[in-house]
Amino acid sequence: MEILLNRWLSFWEKIQNPGVYGEVLKGLRNTAYIAVVGLIIGIVIGTLIAVVRVVPKYKRIARILDKICTVYVAFFRGTPMVVQLLLGYYVMLPLLNITADPLTVCVIIFGLNSGAYVSEIMRGGIMSVDIGQTEAGRALGLSYATTMKKIVVPQAVKNIIPTLGNEFITLVKETSIVSFVGALDLYKAFRNIGNSTYEYMVPYLMMAIVYIILVLIITLGIKLIERRLRRSDRRN
Amino acid sequence: MIDVINLEKSFGNVEVLKGITTTIDEGEKVVIIGPSGSGKSTFLRCLNCMEDPTSGSIIFEGEDLADMKVDINVHRRHIGMVFQQFNLFNNKTVLQNIMLAPVHVGVSDIRKAKRKNFFTNIGNIFRKEQRDLIKIDKTKAQVIEEARENAYILLNRIGLADKADVYPSTLSGGQKQRIAIVRALAMNPKVILFDEPTSALDPEMVGEVLDLMKQLADEGMTMVVVTHEMGFAREVGTRILFIDQGIILEENTPKEFFENPQHPRTKEFLSKVL
Repeated sequence: MEILLNRWLSFWEKIQNPGVYGEVLKGLRNTAYIAVVGLIIGIVIGTLIAVVRVVPKYKRIARILDKICTVYVAFFRGTPMVVQLLLGYYVMLPLLNITADPLTVCVIIFGLNSGAYVSEIMRGGIMSVDIGQTEAGRALGLSYATTMKKIVVPQAVKNIIPTLGNEFITLVKETSIVSFVGALDLYKAFRNIGNSTYEYMVPYLMMAIVYIILVLIITLGIKLIERRLRRSDRRN
Repeated sequence: MIDVINLEKSFGNVEVLKGITTTIDEGEKVVIIGPSGSGKSTFLRCLNCMEDPTSGSIIFEGEDLADMKVDINVHRRHIGMVFQQFNLFNNKTVLQNIMLAPVHVGVSDIRKAKRKNFFTNIGNIFRKEQRDLIKIDKTKAQVIEEARENAYILLNRIGLADKADVYPSTLSGGQKQRIAIVRALAMNPKVILFDEPTSALDPEMVGEVLDLMKQLADEGMTMVVVTHEMGFAREVGTRILFIDQGIILEENTPKEFFENPQHPRTKEFLSKVL
């Protein structure tokens, strides 16, 4: 116990240095940034893919889009996110001859990856909405797209909020791999502290605590959103 | 008004409708009855292409709805539909349920007209003969206000104006179905299709829905009704179609149909339900 206390004291002294806690805060900001923007991109892509997959396959264009989405989902669910990050940063960027900072690449890859997962979540959500809702919308003369946008997807989103929260939490934790391409996140910030003192015990403990607090805050946020969206339900 | 010509519909290998030909005239109240699984609901759902016919035509206002090239959404505005399970939009309040379609249609019409006018204007710079612009006589706000007023008129009519801002999940079945009916009315349809509108209701709520339907009938609305309510069929219907095994077995006025059924299958059916 005494070891821990001593190490804590030295960590405490270290973290009060503006350069050090500044880096931790920046790491925290990057982690939040990647997860939040990644999720938003993911929801947009996921919703589009889900709609493409549930659309009736009368037309050729619908079938082609469906195939493309299948390949997309297969790729992003079938390879580890680290691999996707490395491919994105070390393969796609040089091939396309673009320069981009690691953080941007991370956000995009996280968005694309989460899009694949959200698409399946969203598909389940859309299928959980009674077909009668679609029929009622179509019977009033609304187009398929309008019916989806105004009636089905809002109800689907309400049904999948808990699962979507899960996905968000996963994203937050997955951000710990972004240091593979040189981006600064929570993990990297705490590891840097450890590296500078050759003492890893307390920094890593603190890192775990920060992650837990983050996740608890998100859980609370999801609960609030859910409560608001459940207004039209009887089960409150 | 609606000409159905040799309508056939199969689900996979199951042939549900085997060639139905009939005409629904303006102001008629056609009641479709028949045993379950006979294809009467499928027939009704083919009329506004909720189910795409396998073959045959449905001519509504001179256009064949079965043709995939026809913009079905434009025609569906004029064909109201009421479902067995009400199908009110659960994520919208009662008022929003009624206003949604008129507002959306009105606003998108304005948007389309503006877009078209824009291109006509550009074209007119190069044309000798100027082309006319589409007149836009309403703003978006006016469309919304009109839809709201109309919705309240309809809600007052069924005595549910105080429920305008509640969600459908808090209403009784009869209330839901009456709101579903006025939601269809809000589009000023030329014909309304009723798909077993009272079958999912508690017995004591059937009356209020049937009363509303009778009112509509008295006002001259063209109605096509699939129902098991023989009393309603006899009282309100102007023509009865008896469908069995995917074909119209008998077609007659209610009086003749109930008092003097011709086909043995009809006799058997009536002896069971009456």
